[in-house]
Amino acid sequence: MAEQFQTVDPIITADALSSKRRLRDLPWWLFALFLIAIYVFFAISANEDYNAAFVFIKTGLIITIKTTLISYSIAIIFGLLAGLGRISKNVVINNIARLYVELIRGIPILVLIFFIALVGVPVLVNWLNDFGFWLSDNGVGFFGKLFTAVTNQDISMITRAIIALAVTYGAYLAEIFRAGIQSIVKGQMEAARSLGMSYGQSMRYVILPQAIRNVLPALGNDFVAMVKDSSLVSVLAVRDITQVARLYAGSTFRFREAYIVLAVMYLTMTVMLSLLVQLLERRLKTHE
Amino acid sequence: MSNSDHIIVVKNLHKHFGTIKAVDGVSIDIERGKVVVVIGPSGSGKSTLLRCINHLEEPTSGEIWIDGEKLTHATKQINEIRAEIGMVFQLFNLFPHLTAMENVTLAQRVVRHRSQAEAEQIAIEKLQRVGIPEKADSYPANLSGGQQQRVAIARALAMNPKIMLFDEPTSALDPEMIKEVLDVMMDLAQEGMTMVCVSHEMGFVRSAADEVIFMDFGKIVEHTTPDGLFNNPQHDRTKLFLSQILEH
Ligand SMILES: Nc1ncnc2c1ncn2[C@@H]1O[C@H](COP(=O)(O)OP(=O)(O)O)[C@@H](O)[C@H]1O
Ligand SMILES: [Mg+2]
Repeated sequence: MAEQFQTVDPIITADALSSKRRLRDLPWWLFALFLIAIYVFFAISANEDYNAAFVFIKTGLIITIKTTLISYSIAIIFGLLAGLGRISKNVVINNIARLYVELIRGIPILVLIFFIALVGVPVLVNWLNDFGFWLSDNGVGFFGKLFTAVTNQDISMITRAIIALAVTYGAYLAEIFRAGIQSIVKGQMEAARSLGMSYGQSMRYVILPQAIRNVLPALGNDFVAMVKDSSLVSVLAVRDITQVARLYAGSTFRFREAYIVLAVMYLTMTVMLSLLVQLLERRLKTHE
Repeated sequence: MSNSDHIIVVKNLHKHFGTIKAVDGVSIDIERGKVVVVIGPSGSGKSTLLRCINHLEEPTSGEIWIDGEKLTHATKQINEIRAEIGMVFQLFNLFPHLTAMENVTLAQRVVRHRSQAEAEQIAIEKLQRVGIPEKADSYPANLSGGQQQRVAIARALAMNPKIMLFDEPTSALDPEMIKEVLDVMMDLAQEGMTMVCVSHEMGFVRSAADEVIFMDFGKIVEHTTPDGLFNNPQHDRTKLFLSQILEH
């Protein structure tokens, strides 16, 4: 391929070549996406069937956005802790973090969502409840109540879905944070420590601000991925846009309308977010 | 330590990296207010010796005493002692996400618990002292190498250290910037700061050093005065090394 490019049309002038390049470098895919989106938006406003599908499906939008935002925020905390654990010199902490990351990344997200929501959360809550009863039986009823206050019935499917997504994404974000921290040269930590700052202070004031700046684009990309993966919570019957679209398609048999509208809703969100991430990336680069 | 005028005491220090003996049995006593310059070929263990003094490297064996206090592995003690020892690195190691002013105030605030206003006042003082108060709001990326190194010195001085360590502070600088950094170091020496400097700037050795240590293969080959070094070197290896660096 590369050779072909060099030998084709040797008489082309530099100007023509560059304008040809410019044409080639235009984001045609984005135009195409726009066209598709405009077509569907047009259909939604003009065509009754699409319009009905959209009106119905958009009722799941709040759940999709809420699930994504909350899961991702928690995942950032998990990821940061696990990422710090991965670079810790403490053998116990290091291995726990490693186990978490490897375990999660070795299992399909769909399976994890089933497992965490339907097995992990209930079992954990049962343990906590049993512990609370044991405490009460042994005369520390006040603390016992803390552990028995929440039972499995109280934990909705959406909460479980959010926990599942957060635990899963935490493991992926951990690797981003780890790489980001390790990309800060050793001299920064040494300079901070040589001023008498503790490890924690050096991390907080010197390493993490630089690391987070470095990984912002990667974090942004994973946020986009999270928007898409939030659709997996539909398997727990959480009424996000995917679940609502399935319900709509199943009851009206308008599969085409339901899934086209659904796909375009995801696309609209992800493409806009991706463009934002790219913008941010460019910003960070020019401000270096 | 009974003799408290030895602010740095190093006793039979060893630091091994695997099979490499970076520092191989070094002992030195440094008096308060003295300027000691460490010279020697690349890989002879100069940096490692310096980094052991503020425990950036953990010694394999041996003792280090700072102002009468023996360094242990207790992190709290290490942090406290490090705050008393300023260190200046070859590659400056300024914090790139902070302005010069913020570089100089950060540790003052989190380690010395000074107020923002007090830290800034001290920072301005120190930046004035190194001759670049006007660069307070610049980020390191917008400073020349010489300016960055001077901010790094101000950052260390703002902690009011008892000791300053310099690890080849001018070797990454363009020739025209070396002097501005050496001038600052020279002033410090004159004001009575205890300094241990790894440096091959012979002008600095001549005019500022009280003692010179020549290291090779992790050992002290010769511990002398500038006069003794230039006019009366005792060992062949010292003579050879001197002839090599004085050539250019
Ligand atoms: N972190 C390290 N790991 C392994 N070897 C090291 C490390 N630091 C220094 N060394 C080795 O120790 C020796 C002394 O290094 P150094 O103290 O940096 O010498 P100098 O500063 O005199 O050039 C060299 O052989 C160097 O390769
Ligand atoms: Mg060195």
